[in-house]
Amino acid sequence: MNDRPTVMIDGNEAAAHVAYHINDVIAIYPITPSSPMGEWADQWASEGRRNLWGSVPSVAEMQSEGGAAGAVHGALQTGSMTTTFTASQGLLLMIPNMFKIAGELTPCVFHVAARTVATHALSIFGDHSDVMACRMTGWGMLAAGSVQETMDLALISYAASLESRIPFLHFFDGFRTSHEVMKCESLTPDDMRSMLDERHIAAHRARALSPERPAIRGTAQNPDVFFQAREACNPHYMRCPAIVQLAMDRFAKLTGRSYHLFDYFGAPDADRVVIMMGSGAEAAHEAINQLITAGEKVGLLKVRLYRPFSPDHLLAALPASVKSIAVLDRTKEPGADGEPLYKDVQAAMIEAWSEGRLPFATPPRIVGGRYGLSSKEFTPAMVKAVYDNLKSDRPKNHFTIGIRDDISHTSLEFDESFDTEPNDVVRAIFFGLGSDGTVGANKNSIKIIGDETPNYAQGYFVYDSKKAGSVTVSHLRFGPRPIRSTYQVGSANFIGCHQWTFLEKVDVLGRAVKNATLLINSPYGKDDTWNHLPRKVQEQIIAKKIKVFVIDAYEVAKAAGMGSRINTVMQTCFFAVSGVLPKDEAIAAIKNAIKKTYGAKGDEVVKKNWEAVDTTLANLFEVAIPDAPSSDIRIPLPVSGESPEFVQTVLGEMIAGRGDYLPVSALPIDGTFPTNTAQWEKRNIAHEIPVWDPKTCIQCGKCAIVCPHATIRIKAYEPSSLSSAPTTFKSTEARGKEFEGLNLTIQVAPEDCTGCGICVEICPAKNKSEARLKAINMAPQPPLREGESENYKFFLDLPEIDRDRLKINSVKGSQFLQPLFEYSGACSGCGETPYVKLMSQLFGDRSLIANATGCSSIYGGNLPTTPWATNAEGRGPAWCNSLFEDNAEFGLGFRLTADKLGEYARELVGRLAERIGRDVAEAIIHADQSAESGIRAQRARVADLVARLATINEPDAQRLISVAEALVKKSIWILGGDGWAYDIGYGGLDHVLASGRNVNVLVLDTEVYSNTGGQCSKSTPRAAVAKFAAGGKSLGKKDLAMIAMTYGHVYVATVAMGANDNQTVKAFLEAEAYDGPSLIIAYSHCIAHGINMRDGMDIQNQAVDSGHFPLFRYNPMLRTEGKSPLVLDSKPPRVSFADFAYRQNRFKMLTKSKPDDAKRLLNLASQDAKHRWERYKSLADAEAAMAATGGNGHS
Amino acid sequence: MNFETNYMGMTLKNPLVPSASPMTSDLDGIRRLEDAGAAAIVLPSLFEEQIRHDAAELVHHLEQGTNSYGEAITYFPEPASDEFAIGPEAYLKHVDEAKRTTGVPIIASLNGSTMGGWTDYARNMEQAGADAIELNIYHVAADIDVPGEDVEKRYIEILSAVRSAVNIPVAVKLGPYFSSMANMAKKLDEAGADALVLFNRFYQPDIDLELIEVVPNVVLSNSHELRLPLRWIAILYGRIETSLAATTGVHSAQDAIKLTMAGADVIQMASTLLRRGSHALTDILDGMKQWMEENEYESLQQMKGSLSQKSCPDPTAFERANYMRALQRYM
Repeated sequence: MNDRPTVMIDGNEAAAHVAYHINDVIAIYPITPSSPMGEWADQWASEGRRNLWGSVPSVAEMQSEGGAAGAVHGALQTGSMTTTFTASQGLLLMIPNMFKIAGELTPCVFHVAARTVATHALSIFGDHSDVMACRMTGWGMLAAGSVQETMDLALISYAASLESRIPFLHFFDGFRTSHEVMKCESLTPDDMRSMLDERHIAAHRARALSPERPAIRGTAQNPDVFFQAREACNPHYMRCPAIVQLAMDRFAKLTGRSYHLFDYFGAPDADRVVIMMGSGAEAAHEAINQLITAGEKVGLLKVRLYRPFSPDHLLAALPASVKSIAVLDRTKEPGADGEPLYKDVQAAMIEAWSEGRLPFATPPRIVGGRYGLSSKEFTPAMVKAVYDNLKSDRPKNHFTIGIRDDISHTSLEFDESFDTEPNDVVRAIFFGLGSDGTVGANKNSIKIIGDETPNYAQGYFVYDSKKAGSVTVSHLRFGPRPIRSTYQVGSANFIGCHQWTFLEKVDVLGRAVKNATLLINSPYGKDDTWNHLPRKVQEQIIAKKIKVFVIDAYEVAKAAGMGSRINTVMQTCFFAVSGVLPKDEAIAAIKNAIKKTYGAKGDEVVKKNWEAVDTTLANLFEVAIPDAPSSDIRIPLPVSGESPEFVQTVLGEMIAGRGDYLPVSALPIDGTFPTNTAQWEKRNIAHEIPVWDPKTCIQCGKCAIVCPHATIRIKAYEPSSLSSAPTTFKSTEARGKEFEGLNLTIQVAPEDCTGCGICVEICPAKNKSEARLKAINMAPQPPLREGESENYKFFLDLPEIDRDRLKINSVKGSQFLQPLFEYSGACSGCGETPYVKLMSQLFGDRSLIANATGCSSIYGGNLPTTPWATNAEGRGPAWCNSLFEDNAEFGLGFRLTADKLGEYARELVGRLAERIGRDVAEAIIHADQSAESGIRAQRARVADLVARLATINEPDAQRLISVAEALVKKSIWILGGDGWAYDIGYGGLDHVLASGRNVNVLVLDTEVYSNTGGQCSKSTPRAAVAKFAAGGKSLGKKDLAMIAMTYGHVYVATVAMGANDNQTVKAFLEAEAYDGPSLIIAYSHCIAHGINMRDGMDIQNQAVDSGHFPLFRYNPMLRTEGKSPLVLDSKPPRVSFADFAYRQNRFKMLTKSKPDDAKRLLNLASQDAKHRWERYKSLADAEAAMAATGGNGHS
Repeated sequence: MNFETNYMGMTLKNPLVPSASPMTSDLDGIRRLEDAGAAAIVLPSLFEEQIRHDAAELVHHLEQGTNSYGEAITYFPEPASDEFAIGPEAYLKHVDEAKRTTGVPIIASLNGSTMGGWTDYARNMEQAGADAIELNIYHVAADIDVPGEDVEKRYIEILSAVRSAVNIPVAVKLGPYFSSMANMAKKLDEAGADALVLFNRFYQPDIDLELIEVVPNVVLSNSHELRLPLRWIAILYGRIETSLAATTGVHSAQDAIKLTMAGADVIQMASTLLRRGSHALTDILDGMKQWMEENEYESLQQMKGSLSQKSCPDPTAFERANYMRALQRYM
């Protein structure tokens, strides 16, 4: 039909493709799931790709979405074609500018991967709550339901916006569309040129602000004219729907793909119609095809143009036969009498009816319902239930579909077995690990099939909530027609199980159809695999007549030099077994794809992969299936039977992958969850775990302090406790005066350890006879699992040591404190979590934590289980995540409460002094809580007080009971990453530091936005490659510490545990002890640095030794003692910056892509490090000189 | 006085050639050496193993952690597929730029790890403009199952393969650890070597008593180390066809003169240049000229090999008797 290329892309790339070609200026900021659009734009710009106008767009990363919107507004006002990409909270931050941009009738398109707005919880997944929050802004809204539509409607948005002057929000569903890979026809630059009338662009530029023809906008208007002026834009909005339709018509002529403001599909004489928008409409489309075939008179109205809403077009699109309508909204407006689309449709009907324009014999009955919040699956079975509901005489209104609401009884029942997946579509599910390359291989397979065959292809990928040992589930479809199945594969004819252990953890065959094929990466070979399968799996195989193939992919990959990357091996097996392509063609295609993927990275990698392909088939075997099951292996419970009921009945179900079946009543009404739950999720993800050698150990505590997952614990205890110890439990005499007479054990949590090996790297002790061994060494986990689990249980039951007995201002002393942050979902070897854990050890029992959105809020608060824990008394950190941008202010709120309610409580104590005893009151009011012992004493006093108050029948006594906890000192911690502290939250952080209030800010500085995949922040060092800095960052790292120090009243410390762990401990203690704002900036190595995570602490050491990250503590208290407040804790640079940098891919990859730039930038970065050190040194000298002369630089 | 020498068929204006070292890794260093009088430049070695390692490392780090977590599908921007220069591109560019920058012959140095690597990269170097190639067969025969003859055979195979792959001269830089060094030299000669560079100094690891760790230890050479090449150049001079380059232990004009008398066509140096800078080369050159003038030599050619085993009054001085006499004196 034309020469448009067919591409396999996801929704984000589809939108970015159009946006990049059309715009002059692109302002970007990362937020899931829209980040890849900005990443594409930045990457293409760094490659010098030109837009339609022959120029490389200017791509500017901003400090927040609010900033991006401001920059967009400014660029628009000065005549650029400008765009941005965002989602969720990011879109909310843009709303103020969106009002302005629309108010000024400025053509513009924002591309939004629609995502849930955080309410009772954050969710990164998709629904329309964010775009619905923009209804009032005056923007046009075009909804795309698939990847192809995303590309098409992006272009139509631009055409319509330019002509109508109304800015457009072009949106598609987060993850379902933004991340779904699909075969599409790519629009060409010529298509885009054809659709855009350059006269409108010229008009836009002519309206721009210019001193050559000055005008003024953004005036302040008063009651006399504002209203009238606001109404002046009306004709533009009235014209807009027609303009959009004309653009759609032009587009149809150009491409053959026809769109309408409201697209009706289904029976021309339908009596029941569903109205909806977004990706869910595709599943509905698939469902109605089947329902109509079954004789049902149903129809579907897909809303494309949601704003300006055109009731006339809506009514005209509906069949005259319609009797009942269900309007489905992918959002929730609590308290409203219906969700937005439902109300819009209702209003359209009522208006038409009241004006006598209703084109139906009788007004149809209209009900509204909610579906798909936070990417909840929306399947044809649910669609059918919605139509079935309309059959009823009194269909349920304000219903929900897809959940079981046993509280408000809103939900519709649905029959899960209703299946519309055609048999001629290959439906495959692959269970893999993130680290084994399964998803990458599947993306590759989609490309192969999409490129090499006329088949349509679709891929959707479900990821884990944990970053270490994460499980991935890939859903692939290949078929002869465009695929509308915007839901996970529900009935698979191919299942790939890429890890043996999944067979015992996940219901791998639950979605397999009869005669399906199962491919297992099995270490047991074709003859022995059957005997190792759990009984349930055997039963499923027999009952469903499943064909089973096995390969020992790890052996094949290892032999080909590919280590644990089994992707190529399993991909080859898939093609061999599934028969999607003839075998030889498939192998040639796989090899070709390998060449394309890896060719630029060296022939060696290509050769290894090819070798893996060549050796795979000889190692692939079919397993003979007996007639009856024989296995005694049972699938274990997801959590221990000893865990609390909530953990078993709710969290355990989520762990088992059955969270979708939990009813509304199972879940908290306000987002409040118990802490202390990660302990119940035994993930067993480590291949190797550390083993302690007490004879070599010097008991320094380093292994424990660096452990990112709190899986190495130290306890000292009475030797008599050992009487009931398991036989393999290790113990030795504790060293040090404070431990006299005690024994000591360093114990590993075998089922929680992620096997990162950081403990081994940091261990300074060496075995005297065999220097390769240390006091802690890695050994395979499976043989140790049972014994060490028993040992760990025994260890945990040993009493905690009296905290007063410890020298907690040392590494060793601090590590006898119980971590109240354990087994988090962070990456294996994470550089942040050791600091978080240390904080929890030192202050956890009294801490309130405000956590900025980011890695730390994800590994700290992503369900099912969370790592914040409690001590034996039931105390522990209380944690909350508000937003990304407001965390300092949020934490300050904690302090304001602590101070205010503390004051109020003391006032009440004073008022009640006679009743509770004057001595008691005095003791409580004037308690010294500067040390832990003081806090403990105060807790005891408060406990007595509360008991006493219960007997006093006075309102003040009751009031005091409710605030008595505030009499005990709280430790307020504000946690977040550099994206928060240096960029989006900087203004708030600055204000909070300036407030002088006693809060402790811990910045986990990974020098990139780690959680969203490594985008550049203002902390990113020069010469490092990051997303949004694809060509290497050209300017140096912001010196946040120096800025904070300028206040003089802020405690500031930089720490790097791998360089100086003792200094880290001291800084934490000083920061907390300081009665004012404290800022600790903690260098945190990160997977986004492209390092061997096991070397993380050593790289931290080099960060300090190279001068890149000098260590210091600035303690304003020292000034009152006549000392210099600034203490430098690191030495002048003694290793080169290059030695530090080139151990990390973030720096090194630039030497491979842009060697000249790499060299130039590295020289500058080396200068940055040198100058940074020199600046601190001279400041320290100056402060010291001032202190010596009694001077005081600050009041 | 004619100071020229012939090295692998190339006429060099003098015998002093900086060997592969960090000084020859950048153009400024090369320019300085040329200005100081260097007659040719040996570039640092292209290590095939390094290239393979870098490629694997790049892929590993680009893939590490990817496709595992919904918010971070990847961690790095990935430049367009043709943007990575992961192979020998940077090295070949250096060869090209060195050629354009200087007027002296540029000798590329290659350390391969596979037969395909040796030949492919040698061809690349020739195409990039290298005047000659030095094969840096850096091999520590540590495998107790590999007999000496296999080691020797491998040297010959590598040389033969490269020799047939390129048309420019090929030198072989090798270590002294052969049971029959002279015979090995002859075999290499027969296999087509245009020069032997004697000898490679292997990095010798050390033990750090503070860390209780084995650590790499690069020690720059001293003058006394030149005795080893001195002996073997003297023995080989005139007995094989190849040019002979001395390397290791050249720190003074006297050192260079001694090696020339033993029969070296070219004197390579690195340690002294790293210690003292490029002007050390000028000093040695001036010193050689001065000494030769003072001692009334007409040309370098006249002096070359004058005290080789073939030409010296006591040929056994270079063989076992030397050791015996030393031993007797000690006794």
